[in-house]
Amino acid sequence: MTTNANSANQNALARYKNNFLKEVEANVEDGHMVKMCMQCGVCAGSCPLGPAWQHSPQKIFMMIRAGKREEVLGSDSMWMCTSCYNCIVRCPRQLPITHIMHGLANYAHRLDLAPKGQPTREIAKLFWDNLVKTGRVNELKFSLAMYFKDGFGQGVKNAMAMQATGLGLLKAKRLNPMELVGGHKCKDIGGFRKMVAKAREIEDRRRGLA
Amino acid sequence: MAKKQYAFYPGCSSQKGATASNFLTSLDVVVQKLDLQLNEIPDWNCCGASIGYAEGGELPRLVINARNLAIAEKELPGQDMVSGCPACWLATRETHERLAEHANLLAETNVALKEAGLNLNNTVRARHMTEVLIEDIGWDAMKAPVVKPLDHLKIAGYVGCQTNRPFGIAGESFENPKYLDKMIETVGAEAVKYDQKVTCCGGALAFSEPDKSQKQIRDIVEAAYDGGADLIVTPCQLCQANVEVYQSEINKKHGTKLNMPVVYYTQLMSIAYGGTAQQAGLDGQVIKADKLAAIAKK
Amino acid sequence: MADNKFAAYICSGCGIGDVLNVGALEKIAQKEGKMAMVKSHPFLCNAEGVQMIRDDVANEGVTHLCIAACSRRAKAEAFSFPTAAVARANLREGVIWVVAEGSDHDEIRQEMAEDYVRMGCAEVKKMIVPGGNVKESSSKRILVVGGGISGMTAALAAADAGYEVVIVEKSAALGGFARNLLKRVPFSGPYAEPQATGVEEMAARIGTHPRIKAHLNSTVAKTAGAPGRFQISVAQESGAVTEETVGAVVQATGFTTYDIARLPELGGGQANVVDQAGLEAMAKQANGGAIKRADGKEVKSVVFVQCAGQRDTTGTHLAYCSGHCCATSIKQAMYFKDQNPDIDTVVMYQDLRVPGMGEDFYRSAQQKGVIFTKGKAGKVSGGDNCKVEFRDLILDEDTAADADLVVLATGQVPNAGVDLDVWTEINTKAEGGDEAAKQQRRDLEATSVLKLAYRQGPDMPQFKYGFADSHFICFPYETRRTGIYATGPVRRPMDMLQAQEDATGAALKAIQAVENAQQGRAAHPRAWDLSFPKARLEGCTQCKRCTVECPFGAIDEDEKRFPLFNEERCRRCGTCMGACPVRVISFENYSCDTVGSQIKAVNVPDEFEEKPRILILACENDAYPALDMAGIQRITYSAFVRAIPVRCLGSVNTIWITDALNSGYDGVMMMGCKKGDDYQCHFVKGSEMAHYRMSKIGDTLKQLGLEPERVQTQEVAITDNARVARLINEYVEQINEIGPSPMKGFG
Repeated sequence: MTTNANSANQNALARYKNNFLKEVEANVEDGHMVKMCMQCGVCAGSCPLGPAWQHSPQKIFMMIRAGKREEVLGSDSMWMCTSCYNCIVRCPRQLPITHIMHGLANYAHRLDLAPKGQPTREIAKLFWDNLVKTGRVNELKFSLAMYFKDGFGQGVKNAMAMQATGLGLLKAKRLNPMELVGGHKCKDIGGFRKMVAKAREIEDRRRGLA
Repeated sequence: MAKKQYAFYPGCSSQKGATASNFLTSLDVVVQKLDLQLNEIPDWNCCGASIGYAEGGELPRLVINARNLAIAEKELPGQDMVSGCPACWLATRETHERLAEHANLLAETNVALKEAGLNLNNTVRARHMTEVLIEDIGWDAMKAPVVKPLDHLKIAGYVGCQTNRPFGIAGESFENPKYLDKMIETVGAEAVKYDQKVTCCGGALAFSEPDKSQKQIRDIVEAAYDGGADLIVTPCQLCQANVEVYQSEINKKHGTKLNMPVVYYTQLMSIAYGGTAQQAGLDGQVIKADKLAAIAKK
Repeated sequence: MADNKFAAYICSGCGIGDVLNVGALEKIAQKEGKMAMVKSHPFLCNAEGVQMIRDDVANEGVTHLCIAACSRRAKAEAFSFPTAAVARANLREGVIWVVAEGSDHDEIRQEMAEDYVRMGCAEVKKMIVPGGNVKESSSKRILVVGGGISGMTAALAAADAGYEVVIVEKSAALGGFARNLLKRVPFSGPYAEPQATGVEEMAARIGTHPRIKAHLNSTVAKTAGAPGRFQISVAQESGAVTEETVGAVVQATGFTTYDIARLPELGGGQANVVDQAGLEAMAKQANGGAIKRADGKEVKSVVFVQCAGQRDTTGTHLAYCSGHCCATSIKQAMYFKDQNPDIDTVVMYQDLRVPGMGEDFYRSAQQKGVIFTKGKAGKVSGGDNCKVEFRDLILDEDTAADADLVVLATGQVPNAGVDLDVWTEINTKAEGGDEAAKQQRRDLEATSVLKLAYRQGPDMPQFKYGFADSHFICFPYETRRTGIYATGPVRRPMDMLQAQEDATGAALKAIQAVENAQQGRAAHPRAWDLSFPKARLEGCTQCKRCTVECPFGAIDEDEKRFPLFNEERCRRCGTCMGACPVRVISFENYSCDTVGSQIKAVNVPDEFEEKPRILILACENDAYPALDMAGIQRITYSAFVRAIPVRCLGSVNTIWITDALNSGYDGVMMMGCKKGDDYQCHFVKGSEMAHYRMSKIGDTLKQLGLEPERVQTQEVAITDNARVARLINEYVEQINEIGPSPMKGFG
């Protein structure tokens, strides 16, 4: 755990004592809606990756109300969200479940309580870093970074495994090797980065993460 | 008649040399035939996609989308923003709606935007290209330029997730939207019935959870085969890429023989409107859409 | 008898004339039916056809009509001739629509139609136009027993509709259970906040209403009589007795909360464990301030345990859901949250049931921060620090919650008075001279609510779980005691809003009863019926079957032990007529003769013709409509059956069965409503009585040398249109296998 994340975590524990629901309401995107869940389970049955979830959204909501902080924030579950929005449109109580799952994942990630090495967590971070660097996503750099996230050896293996796919895209002119040296980016990249930094600063301050 | 003007947000994947570049290629013919003018938003940036949440949080994601809206508002006044990519559309529309609903978030957003010399009044409506075609152009006008109806072609209309949920096209159901089938029929092809029309392809988890995503993709492609489809058509860039390029992976792992072409609705329209295979971006297919290409040659 | 003139009218419309020989039918009516006048018409129910009949009644002195056209259920208005007796021969739904098409079936179709014409003529000859029994002196006042929400609502509804009301309330003030509530759940949008109960306003209105007389501190000491003439003794606490005459009674005696002392496993009886009524008292005392426990400590955390002693499957506690308790706990949780949002309030439920717009109220509580935990409490410990041990039903784990106070959401126990099953057992012993039983009977009767001077016992029968009687499937307000209507939580568990709606309905039933009693009509469900059972007492053997079997306790015994009919209590089902072994009970327009003569009028072919005849006695409430519906949907069935509608299977006298079998019918099929606990019989016990009687008919069949299969009883619902046709065809097949009745030719 990084020092920043650790102190943020300690702050949160001190601030909300045992009331995890209040903590979620204050710090998680759309967290104020958690209390409106009526435990019908439609979300659990609607998730395409449902069987892969350690705890369904229904259970996550119940666990929040039951104050199971470590278990919720350390759960692998939210990282299984494909952002298909099926749960959102089916929830009879109109809970923005997808947003809440994203928000929980983000909060757990920022407190560094999310599972270490969770693959979706890793690619999500790579994606954002890639984005902030140029203002646009560089698919080749993003892919390469992903393949090599577990070190050089594993990276070569990963890249070899996906070689056919990559070649296919290359042949179809849908993967541009020139991206490595130049590629697309925002002209006002300076302004863009300053803007994102400011937004993060505001949000972190609001959430006691700064 | 004056051309209809839109502030166009192409999105990262549609750029030259990116996975969905053939979408942009095929869009050209459609735009010409339907008298649309797409004015690219100057210096647009990435929407953050769905996967941006983990590191990005809420406000930074809203802010990067607000930047595009702010530029459009300033540089292309009075124009609706249109995006071809559902992820771009979803992120932008969500930003527009959430900032409209929460004045405090809009204020915070503007504090951040100021760093890039921008300000947002939040007046721009964010729309998806299919929405524009259906609502602004209309079915009759979409049918009018058809010179090569895609006779005898059986197509599985794969709507997927983000074009359909949480916003979708007004008046359509989330469980069984009909507009893509209607588009298929509008260009003279047959829309097949199959049961995976709105199934998730795995989205960004195609990278991080390949087995789970590939199971989704396999279900979708096999259902299309079961429905008797010659090819799959989709309005979504990520769906197109996932469903098309992972078929070879699935074949390798499971000994299946999946070889189902996956194209954009704009590619169908482009061919039906008389465009060449190249104009329709068919050279960009990893799995060749031969039956569609054959019609272009007729 | 005044000059009777019989006429038959045969309609050839709706395709009747296309497939039937109407001329032949006319001849049958004339020669065999002995009709003085026979006419046919191509469109009998049109203005011209109806006018033709009217003219004959007015100018030709026609008194009895046999209309051979469609079912008696069709065109009832067109063919209504109030001064004449009318029989209907069902040629459309009963013949041409159900007999298979084609010339192969011409002969048997025509035979069926001819039989129905014979039957119609035979029936009408035995009919008398009922005159009714208008009673000018009949009382239209309404007694309401119980002054709670239900009683006050019924009283105000009836009084506002113009009826005089007498209300009897046991306690010193009106308001009942609701009087002790701080607030009630909301009845109207936005369903977000608890509301004032409104009890005081209602009580004040009653106090000043010109048509309502309230007896407080009073109970009913005696109820005698019948609709339109109930004699009520109202006993005051002081001992004074007032006599009141009323036309109908509404019993709104409410409920008692389930005793939490019976829930020791849930902490019942321990300190700081209360029921919902207990919490109301605490909240009332706090009066908007912090709610305090008995020991004076402010409550900072509270757990509501739902379904406490309810929905119990072990047989120990209440087996049912009381319906109101989830919303009540939600309301009570709001008492805490509205006073101090930091109080931890947990509602522990298994299934949250908030009927009506309660879902909005539930959401409002969630907005206020009330925590809803899906869990089943296993053990509650009271005391200074209460603890609720429970199974979390979502997370599937055993866990516990601490609280300053635990509220048990217990159920409603109806104040329905004496259980008649218990009373009957004791009464039988007491009648036999058992002195101990006599004392027991006195003790039991002291707990009665209505103190009915009825031979069936001092209160109305109880339905499931001890709730007061209700014809739950068709007429929820109706009880087996005509003119007495149970309403509110004494009838079934319910909340205040439901009780108000319920009480309004009960007031309307009471009004219907007093109006019909005055006009000499059946109270309900045959609310138009002016006929009434009459007994030829000279033939009566005083067997008491009619008095015992009447589902409504309408028949008493006079001092000579002859049946004494309380006409106003009678529902006109005819169960007494079916019960009578010597056939002395009949209605003017429905009797052993009206049906018997139809049975005998049928032309039964001899055994060599291979044309069996099967009699169907079909309940006119469900089975006969189902047969009609089969016709409307053109579902075909055998043309060998002859169907006669009966008021209720309970009215079927076994003489009809023996008559039919003696006449050479090959089988008798009875179709009635579902019997048993979840009965669908309009008259509650009619179909059950019929099944019971038929179970005893075996001996008769044996004496006649007949197979038991020749009499069959079926339960049929109104929706069974396809099934009735199937049942008929299967039965005809079965009868064909058994072979023709050996009785043919002897009849």
